[in-house]
Amino acid sequence: MLAHSLFFYFFSTITVLSAVMVIFSRNTVYSVFFLILVFVTVSVLFIMIGAEFLGMIMLIVYVGAVAVLFLFVVMMLNIVEQVIKRPSRKGFINNISVGAIVGGIIFLELLVAIGGWKYKGGFIPLSMDKNYLEISNTQQLGNILYTDYIYLFQVAGMILLVAMIGAITLTFQKKPNVKRQSYTEQIQREKSSAVSLVDVESDKGVKLDD
Amino acid sequence: MTYLTTFFNEIYKIIFLLLPVLVSVALIVWLDRRVWAFVQKRRGPNVVGPFGLLQTMADALKYIFKEIIIPASADKIIFILAPIITLTLALIAWAVIPFSEELVLADINVGILYLFAISSLSVYGIIMGGWASNSKYPFLGAIRSAAQMVSYEVSIGIIIINVLVCVGSLNLNDIIIAQEKVWFIFPLFPMFVIFFISALAETNRPPFDLPEAESELVAGYQTEYSGMMYAMFWLGEYANILLLCALGSILFLGGWLSPIDIYPFNVFPGAIWMIFKILILFILFSLVKAIVPRYRFDQLMRLGWKIFLPLSLIWVVFTSSFLFFFDMLPTKG
Repeated sequence: MLAHSLFFYFFSTITVLSAVMVIFSRNTVYSVFFLILVFVTVSVLFIMIGAEFLGMIMLIVYVGAVAVLFLFVVMMLNIVEQVIKRPSRKGFINNISVGAIVGGIIFLELLVAIGGWKYKGGFIPLSMDKNYLEISNTQQLGNILYTDYIYLFQVAGMILLVAMIGAITLTFQKKPNVKRQSYTEQIQREKSSAVSLVDVESDKGVKLDD
Repeated sequence: MTYLTTFFNEIYKIIFLLLPVLVSVALIVWLDRRVWAFVQKRRGPNVVGPFGLLQTMADALKYIFKEIIIPASADKIIFILAPIITLTLALIAWAVIPFSEELVLADINVGILYLFAISSLSVYGIIMGGWASNSKYPFLGAIRSAAQMVSYEVSIGIIIINVLVCVGSLNLNDIIIAQEKVWFIFPLFPMFVIFFISALAETNRPPFDLPEAESELVAGYQTEYSGMMYAMFWLGEYANILLLCALGSILFLGGWLSPIDIYPFNVFPGAIWMIFKILILFILFSLVKAIVPRYRFDQLMRLGWKIFLPLSLIWVVFTSSFLFFFDMLPTKG
């Protein structure tokens, strides 16, 4: 157990410290890298409490996909402009009210969500379950997600789909004068429509209509 | 005291896994160059050692003794971290690869997810290297490679789902044992083809080596690297290729299973079969490198998103409905 708690404190310290560094680091790209470090250590913590499936999904979804897109956007900024100057005292006082309000609202929401938390009727902690060692937590999660919470699961999927389609329609624009490669057109082109033999009279040339 | 013995025991196992991997990476680089040369009717490296086998060692020695140059305007910390991360990620993934039923460092429940997570992390080495160099070509290479790897991961993930539906477990050994009757390459052949092509794109191999396209980007994200740091990128790249070959042989070619379970074949230990299958896939990889010309970037993206993704999604629906209606769904636990 000693090694376990040592590892726990090691990784949780890194998590907290790098979460703080996300805000305090002056280079935005460094901020994103610290955010990635937070995700990685959180997934390690997940694995340490035995939630191996969640830990791996955390790595795949957040580190492998979401953070890459974050990094993409941030890297497009110019490296010289990226270093943020230390905030002046005046700016700090001007902005603190907005920050406090937003932070306060999020904190209250968290309080409501956690305070109103109710376990389901037949709830048993995993370690009390006799079949605990036989059923992997991937199966446990699957059992719950696809039976009890199937409607919520489907609705979450629909919301993601709508968000995805929305993002595509917002950014998709048809420009008039862009030539696109059409594979079917290229393949179906035949000699008769593409090549023609022309008798050219001297001194007159040829007028090609295209 | 028991802690210490377990600790040293694990260290010993890790060293005996990593040393063969690193040595075989060196040999595989030689094999790659030889196959490439034979297809193009050249001789390839054949001078250093027997058949030129020691060529890679000689190259590695050269890299080690070269000076490491860090560009003045580079971001030093990230510039140095990038090759380290690439190599580390390429090596830690080998922890879950089974070479026989017992011969595996960590036989974890979610082995396939672990492999997938590590391969999705390996994009960071490239992005960091490209950005930290702070010059045009590496940055373009990094952006290309990030877009490419993120898109092809999606189809690899869905192909893995195809296999998992047939297996009913995320454990790599379970996946192999499920293929005792028939290797998945036979019922899922289209998926194997898509997996192979996506693996080429995922490892930035030709014809999808746009991140380091030498005719456009000098050497892509590696342009500013020299000496040992370049060699680490290079080792990591080949270790990744070997890893994807191993993943392919686990998912489709029955891993350490012998092709037929009769006398002359099942004498060989599983590790031999595993290595044999990895080698066959790798030779296919290097043949493709020699035969196919490079794709254009928009063609690459089109192939990933408009062809592979829908195809593999449809195949998931097909496989799972087939298994459901013929009552062949794997039941476990």
